[in-house]
Amino acid sequence: MSEFWTYGPSDFLLFSPRVYYRQFELHNQALWPAQIIALGLGVTLFFLVLRPSPVRSRVVAAILGLLWVWVGWIFVWQRYTTINWVAAYAVPLFMMQGALLLAAAATRNGLDIEKEWTFIRGFALALLLFTLFFYPLLAPLWGRSWQAAEIFGIAPDPTALATLAVVALSRSRIRWPLMIVSALWCAITGATLWAMAAPDFWVAPICALVALTVRWTARRPTPRRYRHRNVPHCDV
Amino acid sequence: MTIDRRSILQGCLATAAAALAPVNVVAQSPQLITRPIPSTGERLPVVGLGSWITFNVGDDSVLLDECAAVMAAFFEAGGRMIDSSPMYGSSQPTIGYGLRKLGFPQALFSAEKVWVSNPSKGPVQIEQSRSYWGVPRFDLMQVHNLISWQEHLETLFAMKAEENVRYIGITTSHGRRHNEFEKILVGQPIDFVQVTYNVLDRGVEKRILPLARERGIAVIVNRPFQRGHLIKRVERYPLPEWAAETGAGNWAQFLLKFIVSNPAVTCAIPATTRVDHVRENMAAAMGIIPDEALRRRMAAYVQQL
Repeated sequence: MSEFWTYGPSDFLLFSPRVYYRQFELHNQALWPAQIIALGLGVTLFFLVLRPSPVRSRVVAAILGLLWVWVGWIFVWQRYTTINWVAAYAVPLFMMQGALLLAAAATRNGLDIEKEWTFIRGFALALLLFTLFFYPLLAPLWGRSWQAAEIFGIAPDPTALATLAVVALSRSRIRWPLMIVSALWCAITGATLWAMAAPDFWVAPICALVALTVRWTARRPTPRRYRHRNVPHCDV
Repeated sequence: MTIDRRSILQGCLATAAAALAPVNVVAQSPQLITRPIPSTGERLPVVGLGSWITFNVGDDSVLLDECAAVMAAFFEAGGRMIDSSPMYGSSQPTIGYGLRKLGFPQALFSAEKVWVSNPSKGPVQIEQSRSYWGVPRFDLMQVHNLISWQEHLETLFAMKAEENVRYIGITTSHGRRHNEFEKILVGQPIDFVQVTYNVLDRGVEKRILPLARERGIAVIVNRPFQRGHLIKRVERYPLPEWAAETGAGNWAQFLLKFIVSNPAVTCAIPATTRVDHVRENMAAAMGIIPDEALRRRMAAYVQQL
């Protein structure tokens, strides 16, 4: 297997940039006007996260879970695998992420999103807004057709980034698995774009890296059920 | 001017010949340089058509039609060999789409690969590939990148004995596993080998190409333009003033002429998505074939760029 190390990322690239971006054009054409509904769900997600409650945390998990299953099926499996057979191996990742989020939605506190206004809360909400409204503009900004815009709930990259933003605010134990799967997809997409020499290859991986770093370095959120025990005390 | 029976007959024959001319040109293309497959003597034009990346277009109807147009231009220019693999995404269905659209040109020389690590799945994969292409059988079936080559070659020898494939071969790329490759060349009765060879990647010149020539094995050359990187690298510079001596009118032809002028090479398989490029590539299979001194000059020029 020594020759494995002689391969570069471009050796694993099976398609041209034109074919890749036309996937999004055709996908957007095929699903129109689902983009409006998807963006509506994204805005709903933003307000639910802005004023969280146990019920709202469950709704947030349910929306994200359904969207991971939907995007994994309708884009990754039905469209992307037609040009990239390797993408078939990512489909279980999307289904697992969706199942995990739907399982969280079935629990009493859902994703258990924290209420306190902290730095990470501001960062997460900003990342969510960026993903919903700026990410689709990357295509025309980099000279591609606006029809190839990648939209939350329709395309995988903004769906993964929005999930990272929301889950960064979660106090649930499944926070890290959810963040890692989302970040893993951002790394895969970054490697694909890098192999294609796309100028914006860094956007999703850097956003994911910053989200993970911010979450990791932020004060550890207190699980709801232990909060009452955190009363300062002293032994005398 | 007198009109007699002979002149009327000659006129009728000339008219009929003119009507048939495009078919004859497509079928024979006398200007194209061809090389024989050593095991049978069947001749192939020295430039074929690859499908890596370029024909992997999914179910995009616009791009499928563009690929079919490339295939049409290829056959119009007298091309024969089209090469693909199950590894190349949707390239096989794309070729099948093009062939159906063009009415399965008789000139086609279909070159495919078996690419599965479990040898027992080889026959199923070959049948799936055949179904994608829509051909009754493949002309050439190769073991892709030497994956499970012992077992796959047994399958292919059996297929050849039953006349379910005409030729068999092995492939590698990027200069990998050449030692093992050489052993197969020496020890197995194969018809073809496929290797990476271009003006910068010349590792096969030392052992593989001389061995193939000595053993009477046809050679297909992949990555003639290093997947486009070589063209991008050289096209910033002008062709040398003496380029006309090579018969090349542009860089693609210059690079292809270098490859096909090696007497061991049977066919180079550049891939493209553009009709004008496929015509340029096919034009490299016409006219002058550089001699050894000119080949050395060509290599030296590109290396110093």
